[in-house]
Amino acid sequence: MIRIWQIAYKNLLRKKVRSILTITGIAMSAWVLVSLLGFNKGYENALNRDIDSMGYQVLVAAKGCPYEAATLMLKGGTGLRYMDESIARDIQRYSEVKVITPMVMQAVFDPNKGESGGISAYLGVDPKTFPGMKGYFQFQQGKWFTDPNAAEAVMGYEAAELEQREVGDKILIPEKNVELAVVGVLKRTGTQDDGTIFVPFRTVQRVFGVAGKLTAIGVQVDKNARIADVEQKMYDLPDVQVVSLAQVKQTIISLVATARVMVFSIAVIAVLIAMVGVVNTILMSVFERFQEIGILKSMGALPGDVFRLIWIETFILCLLGGIAGNALALGLVRVTDILIRRLLPYSPTGSLVMIDLPLASIAMAAIIGVGLLSGLYPAWKAARIRPIESIRSQEA
Amino acid sequence: MNDTGIAIIAEHISKIYRRGSDKITALDGVSLRIRRGDFVAFVGPSGSGKTTLLNILGCLDNPTDGALSVGGTGVFGEGTRLGEKELTKIRRQHFGYIFQNFYLLPTLTVRENVTVPFSFYRKDNAVTDIPALLASLGIERRMNHLPGQLSGGEMQRVAIARALVNRPEILLADEPTGNLDSKRSRDIGEVLGSLNRDQGITIIMVTHNPELAALAGRQIDLRDGRI
Repeated sequence: MIRIWQIAYKNLLRKKVRSILTITGIAMSAWVLVSLLGFNKGYENALNRDIDSMGYQVLVAAKGCPYEAATLMLKGGTGLRYMDESIARDIQRYSEVKVITPMVMQAVFDPNKGESGGISAYLGVDPKTFPGMKGYFQFQQGKWFTDPNAAEAVMGYEAAELEQREVGDKILIPEKNVELAVVGVLKRTGTQDDGTIFVPFRTVQRVFGVAGKLTAIGVQVDKNARIADVEQKMYDLPDVQVVSLAQVKQTIISLVATARVMVFSIAVIAVLIAMVGVVNTILMSVFERFQEIGILKSMGALPGDVFRLIWIETFILCLLGGIAGNALALGLVRVTDILIRRLLPYSPTGSLVMIDLPLASIAMAAIIGVGLLSGLYPAWKAARIRPIESIRSQEA
Repeated sequence: MNDTGIAIIAEHISKIYRRGSDKITALDGVSLRIRRGDFVAFVGPSGSGKTTLLNILGCLDNPTDGALSVGGTGVFGEGTRLGEKELTKIRRQHFGYIFQNFYLLPTLTVRENVTVPFSFYRKDNAVTDIPALLASLGIERRMNHLPGQLSGGEMQRVAIARALVNRPEILLADEPTGNLDSKRSRDIGEVLGSLNRDQGITIIMVTHNPELAALAGRQIDLRDGRI
């Protein structure tokens, strides 16, 4: 015995091209929707990951543009301002501060890097405090340097890959003609640290001629203390700016808000267009089968049966479109990532689009829900067809 | 009067269509009784009201006036006018329909087409052995074919099988051979004759085909909406 959903499915096979086009429209809108939802989730996760990976909650930098400071935190900076090392000692005295880590960032152009040269970033860090803040770092080879004055380096995963270096190799700091011994190579972290070369901060100060200067101080606040209180104290320090990670996060989120609204609008429009397509397809199909639906009623189909039949057809279209859209979104997640990155003022490292089962389920439910709403009118129209009207149209 | 042998009673049935200010009388006070097991053919010129009468007797259309009962149940009459849902229930219970244009679903096989009514309603005594039903109509070898692969005569046999699957008491056929050549028309006539003879199914048929009409035990000639 044939079931009503089988009749509905086979009805859709009658006009294969039309059904495929409708499914394609739904799939495209589902792709946009899933990618958008995935972006919402992925972007925030990536941002949180980037910020959490810093190991500190507050960054103190020399006074300047707050966005520059935010950039320094997240990507490393070049046009750098310096503050005096004594500020680190002042901050260390605050009772709420658990630990601080001084940092000196330097970047130089390395003509031998990659195919056409590139910037090498050297982050001068304190071997006593920095490794503790980056507890999640894992070494592929070697270990941290221990002497703050040693001519040694720990390379991030990508930096080591790019320069083809292993523990025991030497790296040359361009322009300075100073060699550093590689004592460790980190495993991939998925953050900006992968491209960084970590060097003892005293060595960086000496080699680059910035003795007694720092570019930033990472501050880890005691877990029982209020971060806002520490920030308030640090605001009184001369010539420094205090950037809390919460602020940075908020700033970045507001920067990308416009892009998110734009993508969301596109998704809504795409879904609406697809649903107009669904209404059109199903309505055309109902009109084309006007006589046939009347005959089904003469065979014993109640208005509810006809309504169900047409609604199931809508459901099948939306289900197939939704599945195809999800598959597209999953298959093209890298492409979407690249496209979105071009739109954004700042993109954290790692994947910006994160699609998982709950998210795919929500998108499917949304597509099917809106689709079924679109199918209400054609189904209602079909349910109202009276057999005698279709028989008379046959006679005509 | 004992009505146990009566399938349909129609009394003073009239049907008037309105087109703008014009009134067109399709049926004008038709009264008739059809007994269980009758084979009735409505004949007459085009526009005489044959199909209108068939549709009203088959509960597909409402009369403008008059009374109708099917299997002892009042369908139309003074104070009785059933809605679409109730009419469907009467149709399910009593009727099977055959149309000139077959109306098979093109993407379903013969077997699937025949069982389409079960998707909506299945009588307790419905046919369970579909291959046997198809064999009785000579189309068992076409069971897994699509309608597009069948001849007109075969398609009409499939439509007959579909009409019979819920074992109707009354089979309504509107120009069942209208789209068939004379040989296939004769074949369909024989099928209808044997259904009436062997299974006692009441058949009410509209036809222009005198040969087919001759198979019916009772011919009712309609002219200008009157018998």
